[in-house]
Amino acid sequence: MVSLPPFVVFFVGAALVAVTSGKVRTAVLLAVPLIGALNLATLGDGSSYQVGLFDYTLTLVRVDKLSFLFGLLFHLAAFIGIVFALKVDDRVQHVSALLYAGSALGATFAGDLISLFVFWELLAVTSAFLILARRTERAYRAAMRYLIIQLTAGVMLLAGVLIHLSDTGSIAFEFIGLSGLSSWLIFLAFGVKAAFPFLHNWLTDAYPESTPAGTVFLSAFTTKVAVYALARGFPGTELLIYIGATMTMFPIFFAVIENDLRRVLGYSMINQIGFMVCGIGLGSELAINGAVSHAFNDVIFKALLFMSMGAVLFRTGKINGSELGGLYKSMPLTAALCIVGAASISAFPLFSGFVSKSMVMVAALEEGHPIVWLALLFASAGVFHHAGIKIPFFAFFAHDSGIRTEEAPRNMLIAMALAAFICVFNGIYPWALYALLPFPVDYVPYTAAHVLTQTQLLFFSALAFTWLKVSGLYPPELPGINIDAEWIYRKALPVLARRTTEAAAAMRARALARAQHGAARLLQTVYRHHGPGGVLARTWPTGSMAFWATLLLGAYLVVYYLG
Amino acid sequence: MADRERSHIFDNPRNVRRVIYGLCAACALTIVAEFFVDRHVDHPWEAVFGFYAIYGFTACTLLVLTAKELRRVLRRGDDYYDG
Repeated sequence: MVSLPPFVVFFVGAALVAVTSGKVRTAVLLAVPLIGALNLATLGDGSSYQVGLFDYTLTLVRVDKLSFLFGLLFHLAAFIGIVFALKVDDRVQHVSALLYAGSALGATFAGDLISLFVFWELLAVTSAFLILARRTERAYRAAMRYLIIQLTAGVMLLAGVLIHLSDTGSIAFEFIGLSGLSSWLIFLAFGVKAAFPFLHNWLTDAYPESTPAGTVFLSAFTTKVAVYALARGFPGTELLIYIGATMTMFPIFFAVIENDLRRVLGYSMINQIGFMVCGIGLGSELAINGAVSHAFNDVIFKALLFMSMGAVLFRTGKINGSELGGLYKSMPLTAALCIVGAASISAFPLFSGFVSKSMVMVAALEEGHPIVWLALLFASAGVFHHAGIKIPFFAFFAHDSGIRTEEAPRNMLIAMALAAFICVFNGIYPWALYALLPFPVDYVPYTAAHVLTQTQLLFFSALAFTWLKVSGLYPPELPGINIDAEWIYRKALPVLARRTTEAAAAMRARALARAQHGAARLLQTVYRHHGPGGVLARTWPTGSMAFWATLLLGAYLVVYYLG
Repeated sequence: MADRERSHIFDNPRNVRRVIYGLCAACALTIVAEFFVDRHVDHPWEAVFGFYAIYGFTACTLLVLTAKELRRVLRRGDDYYDG
């Protein structure tokens, strides 16, 4: 079998989905990630696929352990997402989901910066359709903001790549490191997609506005491509340690008070990416392994959580914590699967988060960053609180909202069960995942001490939640939104622009009034002299003309005589 | 309609109490277990008895209470950005 670049399978699949319908379309949808995975298996380590473009050789496929792991992960995520979205009767979503997954694969396997840029932009454009597919005014506006931010990041990447090219003469995508303008531009472009602090709001803004299935796809690809790109280009960059630690910390506060449960998951995504970014910054083999394996686990358990909330939204039409509750009565299986996702993200022993997140934390201590370690530990307790407890609790338990609905459709349950299986499998038998990691693993997750300390951390966090809840100190779920960094471009700048326009309009009006006044006075003056009755516009009688001519001739005569 | 519906497990407050007691028992058990487990320590702070328990409880309480205060400052109406 001839191996193809992995994105080709998905792009061809998208074209087929666009022209088929019914059972054929279902078959194509399911076949694409499976054929893709078979194709991936034929791409051995070190294989590459190059094409020439003008003077440059583009490396469309570069396979090593790092890109292979992400490639496999994206196939898996695409398959789970497709099963979840199988009954969605909307061609736009299916086509854009396949194109989007293909773009993620293209970016992952890109061996040069130009190909990376092309797929980087395709990621933005194809994913925007998944937000637009909600077909509401809110979603439309969020999608436009999302596109503007993503494309701006793309322009930064392009600028960085071009400067890099003129500096080094090479377009190869290898270690970049922070040095000089081009690397900073590329770093920031990666940072936008990785949702660095202050650059993060496109995620919490747009993802919750997408369709139930759309958000599942969105959560899997964009940010993880950025994690991959950072792991490739900037491992060991110290700044990333602090950026990562900040990312684990600040979103949990927002997650606690956020009402839209899919937005809570959006904040929790940033928190989890923080662990990965921190690991990449630490740069040791253990830390990079931790970051990459956590990316793998995060895609699966975050997809599971987004699917469970998507199923709730699909069945009830509601997603705000203040309007939900008691759904375990009508959706017990969804509730159980959601709890598996919650246990995985919280890193309970025997669930996937346990075997990956701790690698980053141990690495933080080993590399001599105890304060960062404390921050990560705080964030671990926090993530259990907002994703592990809050999500299942307010959706499925809490006070009974009185909503009675049906269990999620079968295809959604299968997709969730598949994700839950991977979560538990990786938790119980992490060595399959460890074998795929970029560096050899000698980390042992299941020591008595690790199990005990992690269990203590989580149980006592749960105890704190219970105590706050029972004592009434816990803040109730309230409708409304919380302002974040996006306030700058969604409120401050528009208000500033409006005020500036208003002030400019007022100035213009004043200047116009003054000019009009001046012109009127000028006209008045002209009118006084030249207008009817004006001294210069008077009609003169013919007699006075004859008089003045005679006088002139007489004066001439006098001058003549005298001369 | 609602009164004809069969009763679910957490409709009975006794079951809710059972969950809470179970959690308290599990917490106590992890503390007792600390006497018997050889704790591998990467950092002196970890060596403090019950460090993870205390840290987890404090972190969550601080997180929630801080976020609650933060909400006073940050919360706006649903249509805040629409105007």
